[in-house]
Amino acid sequence: MAELSVLGTDEVPIHTDADVVRVRQLVRAAAVAAKLSLVDQTKIVTAASELARNTLIYGGGGQAVVETVNDGRRRGIRALFRDEGPGIADVDLALTDGYTTGGGLGLGLSGARRLCDEFELDSAVGAGTCIQVTKWTR
Amino acid sequence: MAQSAAASQVLVKTGDEMSLDTELSRLLQILQVHEEDLLSRWTEAVSRQLRGRAVQLEVRRELTEIWNALRAGVAMGTTDAQSPAFDELRSLLAELSRTRARHGFSPRETAIGVLALKDSAQNVLDPAGDGSGLAELYREFLALGRLVDELEMFTFETFAEARERVIADQAEQLLELATPVVKLWDGIVALPLVGTLDSARTQVVMESLLQTLVDTGSAHAIIDITGVPAVDTQVAQHLLKTVVAARLMGAECIVSGIRPQIAQTMVALGIEFGDIATKATLADALALALSQTGTDIVRRAPRRRPRDS
Ligand SMILES: Nc1ncnc2c1ncn2[C@@H]1O[C@H](COP(=O)(O)OP(=O)(O)OP(=O)(O)O)[C@@H](O)[C@H]1O
Ligand SMILES: [Mg+2]
Repeated sequence: MAELSVLGTDEVPIHTDADVVRVRQLVRAAAVAAKLSLVDQTKIVTAASELARNTLIYGGGGQAVVETVNDGRRRGIRALFRDEGPGIADVDLALTDGYTTGGGLGLGLSGARRLCDEFELDSAVGAGTCIQVTKWTR
Repeated sequence: MAQSAAASQVLVKTGDEMSLDTELSRLLQILQVHEEDLLSRWTEAVSRQLRGRAVQLEVRRELTEIWNALRAGVAMGTTDAQSPAFDELRSLLAELSRTRARHGFSPRETAIGVLALKDSAQNVLDPAGDGSGLAELYREFLALGRLVDELEMFTFETFAEARERVIADQAEQLLELATPVVKLWDGIVALPLVGTLDSARTQVVMESLLQTLVDTGSAHAIIDITGVPAVDTQVAQHLLKTVVAARLMGAECIVSGIRPQIAQTMVALGIEFGDIATKATLADALALALSQTGTDIVRRAPRRRPRDS
């Protein structure tokens, strides 16, 4: 298997609404530079927007790491969101369309998974949540 | 009253600071003799930096005020820029910094005001420029330098604060500017959304749309999202709430300008607009709204023009 190389990394703290906007702008700029199609740019930006807002609202703030990666065959955008909030007790439930504890549409988490090529969720009650998504060029 | 406060301060000063105070006031006394020359050079230096963006006479007036306030402060026996003796000077500098910030001057162009005093004073006392005129004034100059540096720091801080204020004001103005509700036809208003829709903006947008519906007595609203870069669950929820609120007021909304990449993303996200009418373009939405109001638009047969009149 080809080695994964990281071509660029950016870190953004997430503590306010403005930070969510910043994450979105950063992901878009990286997606444009990595030459993702317009549809794929919009998808990864939207997924990042969902995850960043969850980090802010449910995780009580945290951090985003946006990377441009290359797996030897293609480029991709990888975005990681982590917080040290309450964690997600029932991951399957949280990933159910329409499930929300915050009066939302309950589509952010499940939708983000559908919008990306890879989706990894790691959460522990009382310790926090870490979610990583990747979108590859076609 | 400031006089007595400053006087009591001098009493508790250590010997070293005490001498700095006296050295500085000695220097200012010497400079006072050359006041006219000093102010001219100082004005010249500042004006050069501002490159004609401020009237020389005005600069001179500002600097004269600063000079007088500086002398008055030092006369109270202190070199501490934070002391009440310099209240007057600090408020002058704060006013200057704010004005500069509001008028778009750079930090450099703002800081030069106080900073240029050092060079100007040096040039006045050492016209030959070989240091001979300053040989005996080394400690005096050190004291002046220290005070000017501190004042400059203060100027810069005020400038930065004022600039942030300006930016915050602009952001707020933009919030309102960027959400114009326009009347397209009798009974039809449109809300073209451009840019990021955060909660604060959506609130403003929603209120101005609902208010315009009332003011114009319109029963149809078109929300055009051609200029919105991404529609996530939050934006979608805000849109849905707006549509529901409009409905409660008896108005129907059409959402237009859903571009292909947005449509695909919304589908993947799982957002459904239910029975809300959506159209690809604002023109399509207007046509729909017109037909709902019972207005027909017909293309007129090309009018035949008489050859010669
Ligand atoms: N970082 C997190 N930490 C703790 N709980 C979380 C986190 N992210 C999501 N959750 C939980 O998962 C639920 C579902 O998240 P999801 O993003 O799908 O919906 P939502 O945020 O409630 O609404 P929206 O559709 O607006 O995103 C949330 O309501 C919350 O209870
Ligand atoms: Mg969410």
